[in-house]
Amino acid sequence: MKRSTLFPYVVWMALFIIVPMVLVLYYAFTVPTESGATWSLENFARFFEPIYLRVLWRSLRLAVISTVICLVIGYPAAMVMSGNAFEQKHVILLLFVVPMWMNFLLRTYAWLTILERNGVINVVLNSLNLPSLNILYTEGAVVLGMVYNFLPFMVLPIYSVLSKIDRGVVEAAGDLGANAFQVFAKVIFPLSLPGVVSGVTMVFMPALTTFVISRLLGGGQFTLIGNLIEQQFLVVGDWGFGSSISVVMIVLILLSMAIMSFFEGEEKDVALW
Amino acid sequence: MDEIIVELKSVSKVYDETVALDGINLYIRKNEFVTLLGPSGCGKTTTLRLIGGFEQPTDGTILFEGRDVTDVPPYKRRVNTVFQRYALFSHLDVFENIAFGLRIKKYSEKVIKEKVGRMLEQVNLAGFEKRDVNSLSGGQQQRVAIARALVNEPEVLLLDEPLAALDLKLRKEMQHELKSMQKQLGITFVFVTHDQEEALSMSDTVVVMKDGRIQQIGTPVDIYNEPKNAFVADFIGESNIVDGIMRQDYVVDFGGATFDCVDFGFAKDEEVDVVIRPEDLVLIPAENAKLSGVVSSVNFLGVHYEMFVDADDGTSWLVHSTLMEPVGTRVGLGLEPMDIHIMKKVRP
Repeated sequence: MKRSTLFPYVVWMALFIIVPMVLVLYYAFTVPTESGATWSLENFARFFEPIYLRVLWRSLRLAVISTVICLVIGYPAAMVMSGNAFEQKHVILLLFVVPMWMNFLLRTYAWLTILERNGVINVVLNSLNLPSLNILYTEGAVVLGMVYNFLPFMVLPIYSVLSKIDRGVVEAAGDLGANAFQVFAKVIFPLSLPGVVSGVTMVFMPALTTFVISRLLGGGQFTLIGNLIEQQFLVVGDWGFGSSISVVMIVLILLSMAIMSFFEGEEKDVALW
Repeated sequence: MDEIIVELKSVSKVYDETVALDGINLYIRKNEFVTLLGPSGCGKTTTLRLIGGFEQPTDGTILFEGRDVTDVPPYKRRVNTVFQRYALFSHLDVFENIAFGLRIKKYSEKVIKEKVGRMLEQVNLAGFEKRDVNSLSGGQQQRVAIARALVNEPEVLLLDEPLAALDLKLRKEMQHELKSMQKQLGITFVFVTHDQEEALSMSDTVVVMKDGRIQQIGTPVDIYNEPKNAFVADFIGESNIVDGIMRQDYVVDFGGATFDCVDFGFAKDEEVDVVIRPEDLVLIPAENAKLSGVVSSVNFLGVHYEMFVDADDGTSWLVHSTLMEPVGTRVGLGLEPMDIHIMKKVRP
């Protein structure tokens, strides 16, 4: 590409990615004084207090749980869609994709009305003379919200990889003596790993940093790392601390991406990113 | 040698509405190199897939050493396949690709090492163990695919157009190698191709197929010299096919003259196809020839010239000869009675 056509993108990236990143780094590594600011690691030291480490731990735990559930639900769904047996696979694909066309906040609000004390589930339960359930504002509700919102990001990359696997390879494995289970374990699953890695990344990252789902469905009782950052910037006004948490998260995400790409190997081109 | 290993009895295969195979009967002897030959869509690959167990016949039975294996899945058959596009496992290296079948059968590490090592030698890939299969050339991938199948010591090896993706020189080499491998190992090979030259040069038996039916089964020499119908004659090598009328046994009319021939058993004045190989036509002086015409084109093909001779009745005769007459020359075409092949008309 010519330099001149590249120019708008460079400006865009500088303005909306590089400059904000530099600002975040600046705030993270400085503390305000009367005469401006000085370099300091004080913000990072604060983050390693037990109360904040607990938040980090909770975020990691919920993100891992959500990712695992997404994988367990998403992989079989992707397999069904990529298989030849099922003719209506486009319908299923559509069912996964259509909710993504709708605003993320709206989707999550919809769950509020389903789960709340007088919501759809409890109305149905009561009409069957069953006791009401307290689902909203629990950890379970937060996980449910994450799984619901991020499931397509697991299904689609796995589906795209699975549907590209050559039928001949599956037949070859059968020809060489592998039964259906062995074909899956020794051929299909290993070949689909790039899709799994891509899906896990695409679910884990947003699950780790979400603050809307935990606020709406957790009722503010389950402060996640995203909520913490949001609070520091919008409520407390401590930009320094908020930035340092952001830097920690960036490092964590870069680390996990490095680990993922190690597993992903060379077949990056088949995955969604 | 005469023991029958695979037998197909009135096997049909119908996909949706299209008939891929229409009641074929075929048996394959042990240690034979059998080639299924035909144009695309003739049912040759379907036949192979039925023997491999990847498809179930709509009708008929498949026997393996006399046992009915029609409903036996591929992994329980003592048959291995070399797939058209190789279908190598791209997540495994060369060694693990070849070892795949052995690992499934739970051989010990020592045995696997030994067998795979020997196989790699056989296909000239020693030293390639740790190579990524995606980094190999087409010919090398082909060898891995063959090794992966052969290491399981199948009784029958099925090859689905295995050489189609290779360039001409490499294809010739692999043809030779496959043939010698088959002799050396004493395994039955069932080979699918649409390349008649490949079929003739490699096989013990050629099965010519068209539209889901077997047209002719025979040795390469039989198929070439005694094609059963005009389709086989045309498909195997090049042929002149003209209309003729069988006047009586051993006498046929075509091209405006009457010829002696060696065929008999037709009805009197039956309309027939007359097939003459271009290399059987000899250029002679036009004066005393039964067939004559004007040379309309000449192509030099290396070993011989390819000429078209337009006869007076409008027929264009294809002639292969090491001698050449320039375009526009009037020539006669000579031929021996045994070079005239008479075939029943398939369609009126």
